[in-house]
Amino acid sequence: MTAFLIRRIGQAAAVVAGVLVLTFVLIHLEPGSAARAVLGPHVTAGRIAIFNSTYGLNEPLYRQFGSYLAEVARGNLGTSYALQQPVSALIAQRLPRDLLLLGAATALALLIALPLGLYQALRRNRPGDYVFTGIAFTLYSMPDFLLAIALIAVFCVQLRLLPPEAPQATTVTGLLADPRALILPVLTLALVSVASFSRYMRSSAIDTLAQDYIRVARAKGLSRRLILARHVLRNSLLPVVTIAGLSFPAIVAGAVIAEEVFNFPGMGLLFYQAATSHDFPVLLGSTVVVGISTVIGTLAADIAYAVLDPRIRYGHR
Amino acid sequence: MATAEQPRLIAATFAQNRAAVAGLGLIAAITLFCFAGPLIYPTNQVTVQLGLAKLPPGGRFTLGTDPSGYDVLGRLMAGGQCSLELGFAVSVATTVLGTAYGAVAGLAGGIADALMMRVIDTVLAVPALVLLLILVNVVTPDLGVIILLLTLLSWLPIARLVRGEVLTLKTREFVQAVKVMGATRRWIVFRHLAPNAIGVIVVNATFTVSDAILTLSALSFLGLGLPPPQADWGGMLSGGLNYLFDGYWWLVYPPAIILILTVVAVNLIGDAVRDAMDVRLRHP
Repeated sequence: MTAFLIRRIGQAAAVVAGVLVLTFVLIHLEPGSAARAVLGPHVTAGRIAIFNSTYGLNEPLYRQFGSYLAEVARGNLGTSYALQQPVSALIAQRLPRDLLLLGAATALALLIALPLGLYQALRRNRPGDYVFTGIAFTLYSMPDFLLAIALIAVFCVQLRLLPPEAPQATTVTGLLADPRALILPVLTLALVSVASFSRYMRSSAIDTLAQDYIRVARAKGLSRRLILARHVLRNSLLPVVTIAGLSFPAIVAGAVIAEEVFNFPGMGLLFYQAATSHDFPVLLGSTVVVGISTVIGTLAADIAYAVLDPRIRYGHR
Repeated sequence: MATAEQPRLIAATFAQNRAAVAGLGLIAAITLFCFAGPLIYPTNQVTVQLGLAKLPPGGRFTLGTDPSGYDVLGRLMAGGQCSLELGFAVSVATTVLGTAYGAVAGLAGGIADALMMRVIDTVLAVPALVLLLILVNVVTPDLGVIILLLTLLSWLPIARLVRGEVLTLKTREFVQAVKVMGATRRWIVFRHLAPNAIGVIVVNATFTVSDAILTLSALSFLGLGLPPPQADWGGMLSGGLNYLFDGYWWLVYPPAIILILTVVAVNLIGDAVRDAMDVRLRHP
């Protein structure tokens, strides 16, 4: 297990390094675009030169990357062109809010999807299964923004139950002080994940139910409830855990859309605004943070996998 | 194991799945509508005519007009051409690229395999939408560019799946057996590995179509999609949603319905192919 962990963490470090290089190269593909974006389309060549030397953009790419790495190692992610604030401070403000939003959405999604998928597997090809399959398919096939706006149309405009805007507080406790405003952003993100998680849970549980050990357990005379809880649920959980870990990037992508619709002051909105205003330090910084989070997420899923499945013992090949 | 009767068995299982057959029919109908429709119902989708903006359905304009004066029914066809071309082009390119990469990595093994997998991990670590938002900052998007970008971001899961499949198949008894019998590497790849991995590949290719269409719609919503006068269903929909509460229902429901129907149909087909390929599920 220790050898597996060491190898796995080494791989993760390599991936983080790769993300740094990838993002840096992408952003610096077109020299001068940052200056033009910040200073406007009618800027003179002289002003561009001044801007580039102020931000060190006139140096060769490898040297820029070197000094960028040195700064990152010291915890400095640069200064936002548009907001004139340190990128690390901007991210530090928003990251806890996203942990709340994404954590609540993922927890809610699993809470709905696991029992739902199991129910569908047990009622396979009966009306109940068809109804929920239909709902899951429709949710999964909807653009995220349409789902978000449809929820606003129903709960805010028709029923007048919930506010259409996420809470605007700066702290996590501030966000929690207005839980009604959090419902729709969390629900939007959760519903998208429920659709795919419940599909995986359904097919995984169908697979498990067909296994010989379930037949043996039944033959031994174990109660249905014990079989479901101890054998079916635990064994079906494995692929779903992997999928939940791997779908982190998809959840982040959903968060960009949901935060835009609900004006939730998180990383997604920060990133989107940086993308539309060519705010390269913010784009770079937040991509690196998202990349590292994904790597940690996959690592956690891998370790959870090893803990959940006694057959898997890493370390020897 | 691949036998001569397997394709027929798969086709038969697929045909039994009524939802999937309906999905296939729906895709055929929508494709016909988008590509043959303009021959029967020609409309102007190039010049803005503000005098004809937001007219209700009926009369000359079967489904009304949008804020730029474009005929909505005609725009559904034009936008559908973009959405469908993108979905299928990305799917084909992704499948070719991903399968080749994954097969090479799986067959090579060792350090080459490890390096090739870390490249995949790196690009997968950043959400595709995030990379796309960075990239559309650097290049000007048109349909070709977006197809290229989506392909570069979508081939990774299939490469990983094919590699995994090749790794498992390599150790299976029947592959070991033909190797002992003196089969060449090429024979093993095309006769034994390819037919057995095709299930994973086809299923993934199907879902790539719907994912690409949805990603383009997300880009359009964020204002970074195809430049006008080109359109896709997602762009029409997100544009129409601005008028959702003003009573212009024909700007919202037609693109929403056709977009969701298309994606549902593609996903139904993918699901059915997966079920048809999975031998274990055939005799429950």
